[in-house]
Amino acid sequence: MNIPLSIAAVGRDTADSVRLTPAPPPGRLIDSPRFPVQARVELGNAVQRKNLHQAMTTIRAKRAVVTAELDNWEQLRLAGEAIKNRTLRHLDHYLVQLEESLTAAGTTVHWARDAEEANRIIVGLVEESLGERREVVKVKSMATQEIDMNEALEEAGIAAWETDLAELIVQLGHDRPSHILVPAIHRNRSEVREIFNEEMGRYGRPAPEGLDTEPANLAGAARLHLREKFLRAKVAISGANFAIAESGTLVVVESEGNGRMCLTLAETLISVVGIEKVIPTLEDLEVFLQLLPRSSTGERMNPYTSLWTGPSSGDGPTTTHVVLIDNGRTKVLADPVGRDALRCIRCSACINVCPVYEKVGGHAYGSVYPGPIGAVLTPMLRGVTSPVDASLPFASTLCGACFDVCPVRIPLPDLLVHMRHKVVEAKAEAASGGRGLLHPHLEPVLMRATGTMFARPSLWAAAVAGGTLGGRILKGHVAHFGPLPWPLASWTGARDVPIPPTESYRAWYARTHHEDGSLK
Amino acid sequence: MSSSAREEILGRVRLALADVPPADETPIPWTYGQPRALDDVLDRFEDRIIDYRAAFERCSGAEVPARVAAALARYCARSAVLPDGLDDAIGAALVASGVAVRSDRPPLTRTELDATGAVVTTCAVAAAETGTIMLDHGPGQGRRALSLVPDVHVCIVRADQVVSDIPEAVARTVRALRERRPVTWISGGSATSDIELTRVEGVHGPRTLHVLLVETEGRG
Ligand code: SF4
Repeated sequence: MNIPLSIAAVGRDTADSVRLTPAPPPGRLIDSPRFPVQARVELGNAVQRKNLHQAMTTIRAKRAVVTAELDNWEQLRLAGEAIKNRTLRHLDHYLVQLEESLTAAGTTVHWARDAEEANRIIVGLVEESLGERREVVKVKSMATQEIDMNEALEEAGIAAWETDLAELIVQLGHDRPSHILVPAIHRNRSEVREIFNEEMGRYGRPAPEGLDTEPANLAGAARLHLREKFLRAKVAISGANFAIAESGTLVVVESEGNGRMCLTLAETLISVVGIEKVIPTLEDLEVFLQLLPRSSTGERMNPYTSLWTGPSSGDGPTTTHVVLIDNGRTKVLADPVGRDALRCIRCSACINVCPVYEKVGGHAYGSVYPGPIGAVLTPMLRGVTSPVDASLPFASTLCGACFDVCPVRIPLPDLLVHMRHKVVEAKAEAASGGRGLLHPHLEPVLMRATGTMFARPSLWAAAVAGGTLGGRILKGHVAHFGPLPWPLASWTGARDVPIPPTESYRAWYARTHHEDGSLK
Repeated sequence: MSSSAREEILGRVRLALADVPPADETPIPWTYGQPRALDDVLDRFEDRIIDYRAAFERCSGAEVPARVAAALARYCARSAVLPDGLDDAIGAALVASGVAVRSDRPPLTRTELDATGAVVTTCAVAAAETGTIMLDHGPGQGRRALSLVPDVHVCIVRADQVVSDIPEAVARTVRALRERRPVTWISGGSATSDIELTRVEGVHGPRTLHVLLVETEGRG
């Protein structure tokens, strides 16, 4: 399998030689092209499409099995939703309680309004704690990706080493994650071997001679490469899956043990925690730690979960910091509809069932959060002014599969529609120069019209009659419409529209069934 | 700088929640700490451990030292760290079988730990439905690094420590957590599915987990 040029080429430019860690692709995510533009590019990547199809099919099946095993799965989802709602609706109270508990446990608490402030705090804390090597080891964390912390550390002359296998593949590959759970899912085993052979030696222990493409051997190479970094680690940086208000306990859920290495072997531990991660009590963990692994990797439980409450004498880091970050979250909270999105526990189930994600992969979303939750949360956090952010709420067919799997019952399809309205409003606002001129986007109008028809059976019958007549005329001539003219062009540009059937479902039902529902 | 950020963030939160009445409290439709109905808790625990491709055997308390020694011999572990509080008979059996036994007092350095083949610990509680073993790092369990860095972990679980599922297990560990002790949940050996979603056992944590379930009273 050929590796795309980007992997091999980016690492070798001269600017890279002064870097401590592999350079990611140039440019900021927020400057990415609009979703449909990048999606078209990604659709051309056959390796990625094949990997994704296989991976998503497997993970969906695993999730389905382990959630069906529990007779109280739906009750767990309701409980998860309720606990998160209770916390978010009094977030100020729980944040203050969390701060008190953390402080009482010996952890220093820092607050950051945005990414820049968070990075400034983190760089300062790292500087205070460094040993002779200017480096930190990292546990996989969405919050640190969101604030682009690695690059901030790099600019300060500090190397941040990713230790999760997939994150390592992404980092060494000069790449960006394409999934929140399995960030290197767009790479196949040959590509991984190529990346390891090419890059490991530049940043530490080289890949073993004669490394093959067996996943177990590739994982073995990562074990060897990272071990020396763990054994000499002075500073570790983590996120947290949950932060417990009553006790100041932080929880990290992982599989490989790299998290435990960082959380246990370093002398200073800095945890970067979004303010929405707080939950009230330790007992609440019984709900979330049943929901999360089953929704995420489709396992009954992930291999390792670490819970710690400040430094503990003779065991692990002697100094612990928590950086609580807002970075747009209070903006999301201020929208009584949009606030539901803050319940997200980053399990990735919605991404794994999304038919759009499965075809285009994560890079088209121009954000560290892809898939349905990314299409909702990214424009909420960043606003809808950049081209990519304004396009994200439309990166969905509204099929509803994401809500059905979401462990905290976030109504993702409703939120997508909600954000579409926000985009339309913002565009109208911009077009009118702030005078509020109406410039409706077509889809909301169509959706509203459909809603009216669903509500009135007579209108629906009339519309269906029109459709089946068209179907009868076209039948036998063509199987699908290609692109339709404006105003439907942007809809059909990426979709084939099937020719309407020659008979409606209602007509078929009336023809084949008696009034009591039995077959004729 | 930081304190004004604190005030500003809390201020933004309060402003954002202006629509929420102060007395509003979302009801939680959940009863905490309930057992899950299982036909046989120990059988379910065994199934789950085996499903994680970890080794599992049952024995009596008196058999533990010999079983531990046999397990280490099987994995060719020539050295082992034994935490304070572990039954002395285990150390004696290991020494008799030629294993170099290390204590963690004074604490082993990371490098020494990395050069140690195995660790033997007890646990605090285990959840059958998910095959999860919880350590609260009390006596017999050692600090967190001990059950992490060596490549083989033999874990001794008493039958009365096995509960049905996570809610009961969490209920049994909240005390340790409220005392601010770290707690580690272990469900099988370390694993990854990061390459093509193919499960690979053993990345950074111990690549081998060997569970000894002690069913009858006795030393253990
Ligand atoms: S929105 Fe729901 S399904 Fe998607 S990642 Fe968040 S918690 Fe999981």
